[in-house]
Amino acid sequence: MSEITTDYSKNKAFLIDMTKCTGCRGCQVACKQWNQLDAEKTEFFTGEGYQNPPLMSEHTFTRIKFRDYQKNGQNEFAFYKEMCMHCNEPACASVCPVGAFKKTKEGPVTYDAKRCIGCRFCMVACPFGVPKYEWSKALPLVRKCTGCYSRIKEGQKPACATTCPAAITYGNRGDLIKEASKRIASRPEKYLKKLYGEEEAGGTSVIYLTALPFDELGFKHVTKRPLPSYTWQALRLVPGIFLTVGGSLSLLSWFTHRKERLKKEAEQRDASGNAPKEES
Amino acid sequence: MTAAKIIINEIKGYHQFVKFLIVLVALGALASLVRFVFGLGITTNLNDTFPWGLWISFDVVTAVPLAAGAFTLGAIVHCFHIKKLEPLVRPAIVTGFLGYSLVCAGLLLDLGQPQRCWHTMVYWNPHSPMFEVSMCIAAYTTVLFLEFLSPVCEKFGYHVPLRLLRTIEMPLVIAAASISTLHQSSLGTFFLIAVDKLHSLWYNPLLPLLFWVSAMCAGISIIIVEATMSHKWMGQPDESELLETLAKILPYVLTGYLTIKLFSLFALTEGPLFDRPGLVVLFAVEVLGGVVAPLVMLMNGNVREDNRLRSTAAWLVISGVILNRFNVSMFGMEAPGTLYYPSFIESVVTIGIIAAHILFFVLIAKYFPIFEHHPETVDYSIPDSFHKTDKGQVAPGAVASKA
Repeated sequence: MSEITTDYSKNKAFLIDMTKCTGCRGCQVACKQWNQLDAEKTEFFTGEGYQNPPLMSEHTFTRIKFRDYQKNGQNEFAFYKEMCMHCNEPACASVCPVGAFKKTKEGPVTYDAKRCIGCRFCMVACPFGVPKYEWSKALPLVRKCTGCYSRIKEGQKPACATTCPAAITYGNRGDLIKEASKRIASRPEKYLKKLYGEEEAGGTSVIYLTALPFDELGFKHVTKRPLPSYTWQALRLVPGIFLTVGGSLSLLSWFTHRKERLKKEAEQRDASGNAPKEES
Repeated sequence: MTAAKIIINEIKGYHQFVKFLIVLVALGALASLVRFVFGLGITTNLNDTFPWGLWISFDVVTAVPLAAGAFTLGAIVHCFHIKKLEPLVRPAIVTGFLGYSLVCAGLLLDLGQPQRCWHTMVYWNPHSPMFEVSMCIAAYTTVLFLEFLSPVCEKFGYHVPLRLLRTIEMPLVIAAASISTLHQSSLGTFFLIAVDKLHSLWYNPLLPLLFWVSAMCAGISIIIVEATMSHKWMGQPDESELLETLAKILPYVLTGYLTIKLFSLFALTEGPLFDRPGLVVLFAVEVLGGVVAPLVMLMNGNVREDNRLRSTAAWLVISGVILNRFNVSMFGMEAPGTLYYPSFIESVVTIGIIAAHILFFVLIAKYFPIFEHHPETVDYSIPDSFHKTDKGQVAPGAVASKA
């Protein structure tokens, strides 16, 4: 949005090492409990694979995606934890007409349900498809992971990071990126040599390490440029355009009206031969 | 006779088509009630992957450029001083005012929390195109309302407000043009955030500019179609000479639009263009049928002079703009493999909104001096008393309305 680059390395962030994930889905349960979310009616194999619920929704802020693949003739599972990415420069916060989303200085992107008017622009804007809508209600609001902001303020870790036995490390974004690079360097045969979230959407507070290529796991391909800059490059011109159009049209009409007035006065002079009269 | 009886008798006298419109509007109102009782999830085909549907695509993104005639013509007549087109301004303002009022209605239906719509006025977020558009729509609907008051005051012979409105006429025209420039273009800015979602055939950084220029094309064409139709069906005066002048202006704007569109398509687009055949067809129909064909037609003097051909060309432009807005906000936004189509309730509501627009236009034109307006004949002087003047005593202009 602005030209000033903010330092996000002190933001609280998640490092999620998908190679260490066992698919226990403790994070899903912890998230449901802490946020008091309703259970969903589930069925096996309704989604892409051995995963439940099939999609994130108003009742499910995070979920583990399963991916079957074969390695050395053996069937293997790979996992991907889907959740709000808590972007450094969130698209949802930039497009919200009432500013219901806020990037907190601690890192999480929070949502103020009292302000929200339910226009769903955040859902159109989010490159990761995170904000979900209360479709079942007559007057719906948006729901999304808030990075357990209420816990962070009390010095605790988010519910999912607390529960996770192995895969999630929670800490400062800068330290976590260093840690991730260290892991890649020490086990180059195990990891893909890229971090998802380091540059995606201008950088996020959730960073992934995986063994498989990102798109195979269902990670979305996302631009590296912060999304708010795409609309801001047009919106920043708004005051200038307003003044230019208003000003030039005012000038133009003043000239055309003056021309007509002079013409009328000249006609009158010609007609009467008297001194010109004021005509509006 | 009681007032209710008078109204019922009046309605009984209406044309069949008008009665049919009343039924459609009533059905639309009923359907919107259903939306508030049962919620958006059940009544619409929207979901988390496709959160904006017909109500945004048509009722907002398409209806706003279709109501652009008011600001375009206002600027042409009053700023560029092509005075002879003035009789067309009023119908355009009525269309604009109705259009924007119905945009507000459609927007309120689509919001999850319509009772909080005032939040945009309180919790400002200048980084949001939606904030900018809602402020502009609120401001512009007010401007259009003030402009619309002129025929109302004339009808009832209120001289003092008429004089006041006459004084602020120019500021209103200029405000209308500048506010419209902002929000017509900002509707395009909406979709600049949909990087990797909106297909590259339509996604490019000049989208706001394209939206603004095409809104002017739509505005001019709507005036042509509207005047031709109200002459044919409603017995309003024949303005074909004026429409010819408008049809002469239109090709310039269309050429500008086509140039920017082709430039942005080939010079500024980043993604692949021809990977989805369905979208390529939609794009080709939009550009060839909605821009190139009417442009070629209107460059020909015979077409401009012929009432039917001229309004055919205008219809093509309008259809092109409608298709463009649907391409940007609906077809181009659909991820491969997904399909959104409006539900029954969504369609009934939108049909009701279109019917309401036509209905109110017909009724306003019936009861208020919209088409018979010739400004030089209106008496703007203050009469002896501030009371409503008798029709017989007023200068000929104020009564011309009734003639």
